[in-house]
Amino acid sequence: MGLTRPPRSPERGVGGGWAPTCGGKPERVLLPSTVPADKRLTTHTIEFPYTRTLGPVYSAFLTGMRDGQILGIKSRDGRVLCPPTEWDPNTGEGLETDFVEVGPGGVVTTWAWVTEPTSKHPVDHPFAFALIKLDGADTALLHAVDAGSMDTMQTGMRVTARWKADRVGHITDVEAFVPEAAK
Amino acid sequence: MVNDIAIVGYAQSPSWRASELTEPQFLFPVISEAIERAGVERREIGFTCAGSCDYLSGQTFAFVMNLEAVGAWPPISESHVEMDGAWALYEAWVRLQHGDIDTALVFGSGKSSPGKPAEIYPLQMDPYTLTPLGADPVSLAALQARAMLDAGKITEREMAEIAARSRKSAIGNPYAQVSGDDDPEALLKEPYVTAPLRRHDLPPISDGACAIVLATADKAKALSKRPVWIRGIDHRIDIHQPGMRDLTESPSTRLAGKKAGVGDAKVDVAELSATFSHQEKLLCEELGLGDDVEINPSGGALAANPVMAVGLARFAEAARQIAEHGKHRVVAHATSGQALQQNLVAVLEGD
Repeated sequence: MGLTRPPRSPERGVGGGWAPTCGGKPERVLLPSTVPADKRLTTHTIEFPYTRTLGPVYSAFLTGMRDGQILGIKSRDGRVLCPPTEWDPNTGEGLETDFVEVGPGGVVTTWAWVTEPTSKHPVDHPFAFALIKLDGADTALLHAVDAGSMDTMQTGMRVTARWKADRVGHITDVEAFVPEAAK
Repeated sequence: MVNDIAIVGYAQSPSWRASELTEPQFLFPVISEAIERAGVERREIGFTCAGSCDYLSGQTFAFVMNLEAVGAWPPISESHVEMDGAWALYEAWVRLQHGDIDTALVFGSGKSSPGKPAEIYPLQMDPYTLTPLGADPVSLAALQARAMLDAGKITEREMAEIAARSRKSAIGNPYAQVSGDDDPEALLKEPYVTAPLRRHDLPPISDGACAIVLATADKAKALSKRPVWIRGIDHRIDIHQPGMRDLTESPSTRLAGKKAGVGDAKVDVAELSATFSHQEKLLCEELGLGDDVEINPSGGALAANPVMAVGLARFAEAARQIAEHGKHRVVAHATSGQALQQNLVAVLEGD
């Protein structure tokens, strides 16, 4: 680079820039105004090069989603929880990673008809949010039901997962649930 | 052994759909009014605790700017909760138990108008199974309402009646945002927003603030002719996953109400953070509040919903019932999370 080291300045500089010094006490120097403006600029790219583990339970759950299967976990009292948790939600006790495949069909235990989806919703046209007790599970999973019309929806109806073709290990690998007859 | 703590000053801002003022700007007169009503010097206050939400402001550490409205120089002792101001009040109540200070200022404030609450709130949920679905508070409340309807615990007509009564009660409330004399029958003819919830079942989106000054027993008696005593206060939390609990019940409200002593004597009035119409009935059942208890004379959260202040405003309204309207025993309730996941209950009494 054509940048020469700027001269040291004895002044406790006002204005100008800061330059690093190699070891010892930092010294303040002023960049001479003869350095062209474009040479005083540099581009930094901030990166957060972290990788993240989801832990023993959500890792298995979302890997399962990628592979097209929905996993629940056995609690100490023998119930199957889906989505699986690391701890028993009632007692806080740690759970063994004893997974059970559940679904892909299940029963709607309650639902809400979303007339105007937000940009964050998984479906871009009117749909139902529903709590779905998947076959083999004792708790219900929140997900979307793409039912076409509110008239199709009722508590107790059976639905089944509609998988995406390209799955990445994400809750939306199930695009939505659909009424079982319509599959 | 619990030391008696009293509310000696309270103030609120109006609830606006969209305030052009910044949060510190609309907080400043509210905090000043609460301190003036308490009759203390700003410098005398031993502890300050705030409740607000940086996600609403869209800026990390936005809550620090709210201290502009307090006056933090020379340095003060203060704290912040990323929760409704009612939990800031709880922290200050605990702090005052130490007995080394005699006054505390608590406030809650929120500006929901700059963002889209339906898209911001999902960030409070489980980040792997709920946030990615955009699980918004209206949809989650609608799941709860449907569960209650299916269980025969409420009817859509009752929900409309709660909304109509709340709006009517709010007519005389200068801080309210939604008020009016509505016929429940007419409300029921309106379309669903997120079925089974209609517009009247939903709270408004609001900007606003509330502040309260607390004092220990001797200080409260010296400051106020009518201190409002906090006789019991407790908060509890239910399971986060909405599909892992019975949405037609609120065990956390029941337990917090029991610990706060709600059922120990007759309750005159209750100010409940029933953000959605059906939640009022659920809360009344869990707290054992019968027909003889006046519910939300202010109009409640259906009339004014300044998020992060709405729960603390229930304390201000409850205190008003005792200090200004001669009521003796009043319940204040605040909630946090989705579909009443977390609940705080307090019993306030006059002398």
